[in-house]
Amino acid sequence: MPAMTLYDAIGAALVEEMRHDPRVLVFGEGVATKRHDLVQEFGALRVRNTPLAEGIIAGTAVGAAGTGLRPVIDLLFAPFLCYAMDELVNSAGKLRFMSGGQFSFPLVTLAMTGAGWGVGAQHNHNVEAWFVHSPGLKVVMPSNPADAKGLLKAAIRDDNPVLFFLDIGLLYQPGEVPAGEHIVPLGQAAVLREGNDVTLVSYGKTVHGCLAAAETLAAQGIAAEVIDLRSLKPLDEAAILASVTRTGRLVVVHEANRLCGIGAEIAALVAEKAFARLKAPIVRLGGPDAPVAASYPLEQAFVPQAAAIATAAATLCQRQAT
Amino acid sequence: MTPAPHEIDPRHLLEQMLLIRAYEEAIVAGSAAGKVPGTCTSVGQEAAAVGVVNALSGDDLILTNHRSAGHLLARGANPGRLLAEVMGRRDGYCGGRSGSLHISVKELGVVLTSTIVGAELSLAPGVALSQTMLGKPGIVVCFLGDGAACEGSFHESLNLAALWNLPILYVCENNHWQAFVHRREAMSREHVATWAQSYGIPASTVDGNDVSAVLTAATAAAAQVRASRRPYLLETWTYRTRGHFEPDDQGYVDPAERDAWLARDPIALCRDRLVAAGSLDAAGATALAARAADHIAGALAFAEASPYPAPDALTDNVYA
Ligand SMILES: Cc1ncc(C[n+]2csc(CCOP(=O)(O)OP(=O)(O)O)c2C)c(N)n1
Ligand SMILES: [Mg+2]
Repeated sequence: MPAMTLYDAIGAALVEEMRHDPRVLVFGEGVATKRHDLVQEFGALRVRNTPLAEGIIAGTAVGAAGTGLRPVIDLLFAPFLCYAMDELVNSAGKLRFMSGGQFSFPLVTLAMTGAGWGVGAQHNHNVEAWFVHSPGLKVVMPSNPADAKGLLKAAIRDDNPVLFFLDIGLLYQPGEVPAGEHIVPLGQAAVLREGNDVTLVSYGKTVHGCLAAAETLAAQGIAAEVIDLRSLKPLDEAAILASVTRTGRLVVVHEANRLCGIGAEIAALVAEKAFARLKAPIVRLGGPDAPVAASYPLEQAFVPQAAAIATAAATLCQRQAT
Repeated sequence: MTPAPHEIDPRHLLEQMLLIRAYEEAIVAGSAAGKVPGTCTSVGQEAAAVGVVNALSGDDLILTNHRSAGHLLARGANPGRLLAEVMGRRDGYCGGRSGSLHISVKELGVVLTSTIVGAELSLAPGVALSQTMLGKPGIVVCFLGDGAACEGSFHESLNLAALWNLPILYVCENNHWQAFVHRREAMSREHVATWAQSYGIPASTVDGNDVSAVLTAATAAAAQVRASRRPYLLETWTYRTRGHFEPDDQGYVDPAERDAWLARDPIALCRDRLVAAGSLDAAGATALAARAADHIAGALAFAEASPYPAPDALTDNVYA
């Protein structure tokens, strides 16, 4: 398997899907400049630079998707999605339903977010839960290059609008990526490490914090199971419930604010459907209700780190022991 | 092919306007009686809708907005299915999921209707991009209000359409009102056409209450878009003679302005011209109006008989 960065895995998925389906096109601010290889292979009509106008980029994608094309748009940084909210939420998410199913909107919106570059709160804001809360949209956020490629291929082939979040901190980390038809179905979590004592559920960069924490916990004799959600909607409820039913302990970890975040939904899910199997209270680790600072130490302090995850999980396990 | 304006029987245009008026009046009466939800009626703007839609060909696609009954009926929508939609019934074009404000009828080429003011402008370039990239001959017609022209999406849409050579005929129905605000209070310029010209988009303004003038202007504009594969903006200068939404006492409207427009009612204008030309007599005109009223009475009966969607269909069609 070739090793490549997550950024290049996105490029590989785009190339393969544009070869696979002539209806796929890509546009955004600087897309044709930065992904010049795509322009060379597919031409300037299918790979386009756009004006600096996120609303019309997204609206154009929705209009094109509703009438026969399969656009992928790059809106750069997640906070810029605010300029495209009407198009994504009111048009892409609702017009299928509101038209009684007359239209579908196969479109993918790429956006970067997360700590790593010290870009501050108007470039780094993990807004993925907003879109989970919006009907008609699917939401994914990969933690590694292989999943990035496989999820993007699945997202492009899906007949629904998909919000595709790229973790800035993972963008240039290399990883093994299967060549060719590697598709990761939307809505399937991955169990990255098995264990029977505690379940660590996460997505994006904090998956790596969970894996590191699991190593630390193993040294203490605690077997942690690590689940990478990969898709936030559809959410793989079965994978979460199967694990927590076995371990009886749950720590949900993400970089986004805790308040009304994905972790709150997962905690509610487990409380509703697996309460009797819980041996300890559910723990949520996430960012504070604050914009992210640009300053490196503050940016890092926003993100739940491996040590905090290990401590939270170990505390849960001790609770049961006493 | 689109027929030339002189090939369209003006009586056909009058009949369509009468049908739209009868439809809107049925809704007004029904909503006053508590039987039909209130809507944004197009009373007074019938010529602007009929003149434009009759200038189009069958493979053209239309994007419209909340004030869409005229566009839909002129395009051939079944008034019974429209009323069923307004009333939230199963036989509505969108299965009752839209109501009056966002009716799309894909089979008639009326696509992606949104009631977010300006959303039709944000969606139109993508629809035109599909037409272009999939090699379809149709052009895209995007109806918008003068209020929508004040949204940022108007300016982003026109810039992109000009930049990417998109075959869009923007039709701005300048009816002087943006809900409860007069256009004078909201626009830095008198005409939306002026704004379009600043993007290098050819634009013109036509008397929107004169159906023949609208038909002629729209036919020329559509032909230009078809030939150039570039955008054009046609501003139809008209007036919303009823309120923004039913009911609306219009206490905020200057009666002198409204009366002046009522004196230029598009239906009366067209009818009187036909009578003066000898193509219609008074009895014939009355008969046409009666036929429209009958047609709508039948449509209303159809809609009232249509069942409501079952509650267990609450989440149908959210996802593909
Ligand atoms: C984004 C948005 N803002 C406000 C409204 C409420 N609203 C509905 S129609 C309307 C007036 C629109 O004026 P115009 O575009 O001129 O169309 P008209 O109603 O005159 O046909 C307003 C303010 C809305 N639906 N969407
Ligand atoms: Mg108006």
